[in-house]
Amino acid sequence: MDFSFTEEQTLLRNMVQSFVQDNYDFDARMKIVRSEEGMSQEIWQQFAELGLLAAPFSEEMGGLDGGPIETMVIMEELGRGLVVEPYLPTVVLCGGILSRHGSDAQKEAQLPGIIGGEEIWALAYAEPQSRFNPADVLTSAKADGDGYVLNGTKAVVVAAPWASKLIVSARISGEQRDSDGLGLFIVEKSAAGVSTQDYPTVDGNRASEVTLENVAVAADALIGEAGNGLSILEEALDYGIGAVCAEAIGHMKCLNDATVEYCKTRKQFGVPIGSFQVLQHRMVDMFMEYEQSVSMTYMVNMKLVEGEAERRKAAAGAKVQIGKSGRFVGQEAVQLHGGMGMTEELNVGHYFKRLTVIDTQFGNVDHHLKRFAAA
Amino acid sequence: MDLKYSAEDEAFRQEVRDFIDEAFTPDIRRECERSKNGYITKDSHVTWQKRLYEKGWAAPNWPTEHGGAGFTPTQKFIYTQEMEAAGAPHTIAFGMTMVAPVIMKFGTEEQKAKYLPDILASNVWWCQGYSEPGSGSDLASLQMKAEDKGDHFLCNGTKIWTTMAQHADMIFCLVRTSNEGKRQEGISFLLIDMHTPGVTVSPLVTLDGPAEGAQEINQVFFEDVKVPKENLVGNLNEGWTCAKYLLEFERGNPYSGGLYRSLEKVKKLAGDVVSEGQPLLQDDDFAAKMADLERQIMVLEATELRIFSEISAGQNIGPGSSSMLKTRGSELQQELSQLGMEAVGQFGLPFVEDTLASTNESDIGMAGVAPVTPRYFNYRKTSIYAGSNEIQRGIISKAVLGL
Repeated sequence: MDFSFTEEQTLLRNMVQSFVQDNYDFDARMKIVRSEEGMSQEIWQQFAELGLLAAPFSEEMGGLDGGPIETMVIMEELGRGLVVEPYLPTVVLCGGILSRHGSDAQKEAQLPGIIGGEEIWALAYAEPQSRFNPADVLTSAKADGDGYVLNGTKAVVVAAPWASKLIVSARISGEQRDSDGLGLFIVEKSAAGVSTQDYPTVDGNRASEVTLENVAVAADALIGEAGNGLSILEEALDYGIGAVCAEAIGHMKCLNDATVEYCKTRKQFGVPIGSFQVLQHRMVDMFMEYEQSVSMTYMVNMKLVEGEAERRKAAAGAKVQIGKSGRFVGQEAVQLHGGMGMTEELNVGHYFKRLTVIDTQFGNVDHHLKRFAAA
Repeated sequence: MDLKYSAEDEAFRQEVRDFIDEAFTPDIRRECERSKNGYITKDSHVTWQKRLYEKGWAAPNWPTEHGGAGFTPTQKFIYTQEMEAAGAPHTIAFGMTMVAPVIMKFGTEEQKAKYLPDILASNVWWCQGYSEPGSGSDLASLQMKAEDKGDHFLCNGTKIWTTMAQHADMIFCLVRTSNEGKRQEGISFLLIDMHTPGVTVSPLVTLDGPAEGAQEINQVFFEDVKVPKENLVGNLNEGWTCAKYLLEFERGNPYSGGLYRSLEKVKKLAGDVVSEGQPLLQDDDFAAKMADLERQIMVLEATELRIFSEISAGQNIGPGSSSMLKTRGSELQQELSQLGMEAVGQFGLPFVEDTLASTNESDIGMAGVAPVTPRYFNYRKTSIYAGSNEIQRGIISKAVLGL
């Protein structure tokens, strides 16, 4: 039993940390978020040069042979910088699906574009009616000759405005919420019949509603076996949970540090407000929420590679913790910063917003508590 | 990062389980199941501890030169986890884990030879004399006097919340030996024989309604009690150093094993209780409460594993970690005792004074229900004792956040 990081993992952390510090301070970030594109291609290219986009892929695929722990380290540091560039959808979600379940031909065709920073990917799995159930899919994939024709609507597809490629879940057979019968398809966003409505999200990201109208894809666009899409998708979402948990502990750490620092310097009634016991104990509770979130983040990322049952339970348990702790830490940080916490000019509120979105992403507290109970 | 234990550690875990299977006999097991406050009869405690002694495991925290078990940090963690998970009796802490390390560190060779072997073999029962009616969280304000009378100290005063003092042969006390200088500098660490004339023990009846003689806590009165000079541990007026050392020595213990066990008990009760024609366990709202508690235990377990992995790697855990474990562990103990009481519904009402007594009468309503509500009342203690949870938050605030 060992919760320590290897030397390589520590070096990786240091590298990402100093990159974020040097290139992604709060002003730089806000400039990127407010730009027309909403992300920085330059930063993305630097990610490629630093090897971050190659981190989780195997060496034979041109990657650096990392696993969930490396992803966790990277996501935590990106979280500290509130980085909006689409590492999660491109590398963790879509790259992860391709590397674990893609055919050799698919991997050879697709992974170099991710690793080299040329292609951005988005995972189009949610639908207007699906809420948090990834099996609730109305988008249809009808066999047509050698390929399939896709029809349907995908909701709130994060990073889709920047993406050139999508992984789309669609129903090949079965009823609306059946667990069997789903397929995951590689879809070029430029393909005929794909249209998007792009918009910003409350946490400074970008997303799209994606409509598929008689979109024809070849047979080799299908990832894995026909009808087996849900288990691939659920696994990917659990990897996504492992990653956003790490991102969230990065946020919480920054919020806690900022809050303690503020309360040490802010004076009222002639003394630092941090000398008030009622505020001290609230900051201690923030600290304990953070520490417990760290523990669960390590735990889930170690369990991603265990059996399915263990993975599910750990992912659900971790997501509930992050959802609750993230809300608590975010709300308390704003409260303890007082009026300043309400302003856009302080980073505190931006961490709070991202934490708020993370609670909803991949299913909120209530959803995962039910999943935990069932696991 | 790796969640797996080594083959050696797994073999050790099996050895602990085998020992428990053999030594945790049905009579003691029954008392543990039915205890209102976590304590069982004196006989059973001593019997259990002597079985540990024979195995060489009586003192997991002692160095081997004094007869300690010689566990590695990981073994110590596994040992505690397994004992907790089995619901085995807790070793009475006052001798084994509290006064013994102080004697080892500050005691004379004579004191070590006189006291340590009997503590290890559970021949002598110790209790702790720190708190006083006017000195709780603010311990340094204590007032029990020990006057220098040449060949002895003359002690007058009172100690309170003294756990299991009715069974004790010895008490270790913080006493005031000087009123000069800082309050902390006039305190000494003194060992007192409970059988000395002038010592009286008066039970404090707690909310769980203990049977006569089975009370958890007491007040101990000292009236002109003569204590030999040789019973002073460490230097005169330096008892505060001993007390602080004891706190440093106390490193957070894992709670998760015992919490999972309590959860299983609640699950069993909720499976036996009928609500709306089906087991309460199948009620959605109740099931959700259970699931969230299980999840919180899992989070604490992950935190414990993380902390104990750091200890195994030779790192020092800060005061923040043990305070956090104590706070979260005690909060969850309370929530589980509350959920157990909620589960049994109206069968939580009948009051049984002596739940440990061997009797053929079965509990009213359902088996095993008698201690459930008393335990809920009793477990309010966990956020108060061993440094209240507010004090723990104060420690974290100061030591970790620097506030």
